[in-house]
Order: sequence, then structure tokens, then C-alpha cells
Amino acid sequence: MSPVADTVLDVLTAVCLVVGALMSLAAAIGLVRFPDLLTRMHAGSKPQVFGLLLMLTAVALANRDPAMVPLIALGWIFQLLTVPVSAHMVGRSTYRTKHLNRDTLTQDDLQKVLERAQESGSRDGQQTDGSAGTR
Amino acid sequence: MEAAVAVAAVLLGAGAAGTLYRLAKGPSLLDRVVATDVLLAIVAAALAVEMAYHQHLNNLILMVIVSLIGFIGSVTVARFATQTAEHGR
Repeated sequence: MSPVADTVLDVLTAVCLVVGALMSLAAAIGLVRFPDLLTRMHAGSKPQVFGLLLMLTAVALANRDPAMVPLIALGWIFQLLTVPVSAHMVGRSTYRTKHLNRDTLTQDDLQKVLERAQESGSRDGQQTDGSAGTR
Repeated sequence: MEAAVAVAAVLLGAGAAGTLYRLAKGPSLLDRVVATDVLLAIVAAALAVEMAYHQHLNNLILMVIVSLIGFIGSVTVARFATQTAEHGR
């Protein structure tokens, strides 16, 4: 590879590394500064998705082997699949254990669903709150 | 390249310090779960920095395992926290 292209790829790698590390710092600042759990979750998912994308791009650029790109992409896609699921579980659990600040919410769609579930549950004489399936 | 790695290391260290502060302070269990997730993301980022610096791919499987552990851990604890909500934090 020509030296110019080498230098360009090196600079791109460096930029990706620094910006990806900035994502981690931003998440830490958000975790320390934000007032409640839902906003902290918002800050915390930045290095998990975008930060990881930048870091893996840096790895691919530094490695310069196109054959390894699918493997690197697989790592990122795997993270894309798992992060929303765990965020959903943690968010739902936050709501259920009432660790959220209601004053900062602008919209609450889950409350209506829960009320409806409660109504139909009491009509059928069942206790919906304790069942694992509705969560 | 060396300068970029040094800057990235400093930023990741500062990020890990802030995350550890939240992990220690809480206040709730779920705060700690989110902080642990971010800490694992920072560990994965550090592994990626090392791979980019030394131009190898040996840590790639380790990165996937780290993210898998974070996923299983946070889902399990979130599930557990739901069922013991009455007992406080």
C-alpha cells in the first residue's frame, strides 16, 4: 500500500479511537450528572452502540484485512441485538420498582396499559400483578 | 498513533472513574446495573484500543464474551429486582 494511503488510514484510526473514547467519557459524565435512572440509561447506551462501532471501525482500519471485516461486523451486530433487550428489561424494571422521577416524564404510555391489565385482571378474578407473563 | 492511543487511554480512564463512582454510590440496584453495563462497554473499548494499536484481532472473541456477560447480567438482575421491589432497594 502506498505511504499516503497508509497515513490516511492511520489518521482515520486515530480519530475513531479518540471519538470512541469520548463516547465512554460522555456516558460516565451522564451517569454521574443525570438525575434519575431513565436518563442515566439514555447516557449509558452511547458507548455500548456508537462507541463500540467507532472502536471496531478503528480495529478494522488498523488491521487492513478485508477478510476479517465480517467477523468484526458480527461483533457489532451482536451488541446491537442484545443492548435493546437488556435496556428494555432494565427500563421495565425501573418502572415497576418506581425508581423514576415522574416530574421529568413528558409521556407515559405504560400506565394506561397497566391500568387496563389491572381492570381485566380484577374482572376475571385473577391477580395480574404477580404473574411473570405480563412483564 | 501513539498520541491517539494515549488520549484514548486517558478518556477511557476518566470514563471508568465516573462509572465506578456511580457504581459505588448507587442509589438503587438498577443504577448499579446500568453502571456495570457501561463499565463493561469501557472494558470492551479498551480491548479494541489495544487491538488497533498492536494490529491484531486476538481480543475480538473476548469483546463478544464481555458484551454477552453484560447482557446476561443486566437482564438477570433486572428480572430479580422486579420481584423483590417490595423489599426496597
